[in-house]
Amino acid sequence: MTSKRTSKTTAAKSAVKAAGKDELLQYYRDMLMMRRFEEKAGQLYGMGLIAGFCHLYIGQEAVVTGIQAALEEGDQVITGYRDHAHMLACGMDPKGVMAELTGREGGYSRGKGGSMHMFSREKQFYGGHGIVGAQVALGTGLGFADWYKGNGKLSVAYFGDGAANQGQVYESFNMAKLWNLPVIYVIENNQYAMGTAVKRASSEIELYKRGISFGIPGEQVDGMDVEAVKRAAEKAVAHARGGNGPYILEMKTYRYRGHSMSDPAKYRTREEVDDIRSHHDPIDLIKKRLIEGKHASEDELKALDKDVKAIVNEAAQFAKDSPEPDPSELYTDVLVEV
Amino acid sequence: MSIEILMPALSPTMEEGTLAKWNIKEGDTVESGDVIAEIETDKATMEVEAVEEGVVAKLLVAEGTEGVKVNSPIAILAEDGEDASAVEAPSAKVETPASNDETPVSAPASGGSGSAAGGDEGGASKASLASDPEIPEGTKMVSTTVRDALRDAMAEEMRRDDTVFVMGEEVAEYQGAYKVTRGLLDEFGPRRVVDTPITEHGFAGLGVGAAFNGLRPVVEFMTFNFAMQAIDHIINSAAKTLYMSGGQMGCPIVFRGPNGAASRVGAQHSHDYSSWYANVPGLKVVAPYDAADAKGLLKAAIRDPNPVVFLEHELIYGESFDVPDVEDWVLPIGKAKVRREGTDVTITAHSRMVGFALKAAEILAEEGISAEVIDLRSLRPLDTDTIVQSVKKTNRIVCAEEGWGRMGVGAEIAAVVTAEAFDYLDAPPARVHQEDVPLPYAGNLEKLSLPGVDDIVKAAKAVCYAE
Repeated sequence: MTSKRTSKTTAAKSAVKAAGKDELLQYYRDMLMMRRFEEKAGQLYGMGLIAGFCHLYIGQEAVVTGIQAALEEGDQVITGYRDHAHMLACGMDPKGVMAELTGREGGYSRGKGGSMHMFSREKQFYGGHGIVGAQVALGTGLGFADWYKGNGKLSVAYFGDGAANQGQVYESFNMAKLWNLPVIYVIENNQYAMGTAVKRASSEIELYKRGISFGIPGEQVDGMDVEAVKRAAEKAVAHARGGNGPYILEMKTYRYRGHSMSDPAKYRTREEVDDIRSHHDPIDLIKKRLIEGKHASEDELKALDKDVKAIVNEAAQFAKDSPEPDPSELYTDVLVEV
Repeated sequence: MSIEILMPALSPTMEEGTLAKWNIKEGDTVESGDVIAEIETDKATMEVEAVEEGVVAKLLVAEGTEGVKVNSPIAILAEDGEDASAVEAPSAKVETPASNDETPVSAPASGGSGSAAGGDEGGASKASLASDPEIPEGTKMVSTTVRDALRDAMAEEMRRDDTVFVMGEEVAEYQGAYKVTRGLLDEFGPRRVVDTPITEHGFAGLGVGAAFNGLRPVVEFMTFNFAMQAIDHIINSAAKTLYMSGGQMGCPIVFRGPNGAASRVGAQHSHDYSSWYANVPGLKVVAPYDAADAKGLLKAAIRDPNPVVFLEHELIYGESFDVPDVEDWVLPIGKAKVRREGTDVTITAHSRMVGFALKAAEILAEEGISAEVIDLRSLRPLDTDTIVQSVKKTNRIVCAEEGWGRMGVGAEIAAVVTAEAFDYLDAPPARVHQEDVPLPYAGNLEKLSLPGVDDIVKAAKAVCYAE
């Protein structure tokens, strides 16, 4: 896919250089971890160990992996409710994430948040928000605080093609550009807002253009290619950190699973899903580059897969073994005690 | 090792389903992601994908079987290199997840419903609530408008703490739509006194995000009527996140502005939101009456590590009251104030209604009825101790508020008093509130709709059987 952008001036010409072996292997491992983690979460949901809503990220792994690779320590990340992979990308412990999914004491929110509401102040992950679009205003506020403190940090607010139609997104765009806040808006366009295809909900389906009337540069990126994502993210980061204000990255991506676990996904064909899966899978793509570039052998990658599976299994075991929160937890954390 | 494929739960409520169709047969090789079966749930027919890869050794449940319980084995996969034909079907034992065979956690004895248990008073332990600071003898009292007292509170806190900033519509260059932020821009500059576009939902969310990231925003709404556009962030983002994050994400923010009826501005600019916000755990809700309380409580709200909804009243901004001229006038949030002592009837009120209650008490005194007036000051936490103690003395109560009565502040207080001082009551609790209609514009109708001094006098006489 060729990259599209709204403004030539802001697109600094960066020489396209291929990622090195270590970088590629890291992407491969990170994305595989997300995939296996989500598959395991789906499995635990099927066993009744995870309840309620559970939105899996399978298929979209290249987006968060590529963006995260361009950030530096201290930058903040916030997203909506399809959030498990974002937490792993921020370096949060798979055990704590999985245990939150099972609603146990060992979870990041001690079982009180669940799949959609997890946080780590230590890892600068600000949620995990269940109200579609809320993270855009909140993420703009994170960036406001960076601007206010003059600390050189920035915030990344991820949201989907569905959230892109919420009013508060545009209220936020307006203020972010008005005050030139260091915020990167990453639209994860996975083509469907729950069951509604983008073209059925959006009068302008090229979502990277949504910042035009605010003067925010936007760029459309192949969100299935982690290297393309990383390159675009670096540009956006340089823009925002350089005091030029917000930047919009529209990631064209795809989710293989339903919107949530109880979605039969009848609004698209099996063939459509299979086509993406067979020809555009982000993990297969990097695998191919690793093998063709002679960076790794099939056996080495298999061994890596085994390591990842072991970590995920360990997380699942922890999430099963961790006890339910103590009944006294019902009354804690309502307010900070003064 | 062979792998059991279990009947999956495909919706939050599914307990069993129909295995409508197998897309695989014994001997097939499956990869993770292959559709292996179709299952009918109570809501839809869903495709089931393989999670593991392997060779199908056995299909344990025939196509078309109804009532297949969630978590029962439906097929067996042989892993790479394993002989599929040698795989044994499992015994009928089905592992039930731990979370399903335990009864739901019962509430501990100390919790449960009703404020009597004390569990719902915003987590603030009543016993630990400080009283108002003593005002040293000889302290100079300075006559100050509520408007200036609020401004002084913000200015003092901004001088004290660089993370405190004010944002809202017309707060900076215009000097405040109601001049509450007058002078702040000059002293603190545009970084800390931020004029926003007319975008309540957006700037409330931005403020909450800034609070998550270490600042202490004071978000001014031109009136709380407009905060209705922002109430999602006040409740879903500000009030709930601490709990949902297991205590990690504190949100030290103040949402402030005028609340309730102004004068002849019609239904959309006259709404009293006291009971709305006071309903929400995770918020503190403060509604002061006089200038000293406005200053002391706003300073406390800005220092509080929690989100505070600070309800002011346009019609008392210009009234002057004595404010003690002390170095750092901070009052505890959650403590009511007995503004007038009495023996025959308790009158509770907050915000502008306190003034009406005090006037009513004077009239009642002329008629030989001694009224005790309690200024609630804080609606969450609500100082039920002070109210109940008073009722135990007077045996009668009138709850006055400006907003609608249904599910209102007075309804809550009546419930508390009935639960905690039932045997002391000599009359049913009475409520005074706005008429149950949108506020009309016409002068005479507006007057008829809003509660006033006379209504309080009448209600107090009624509970005293002094008609």
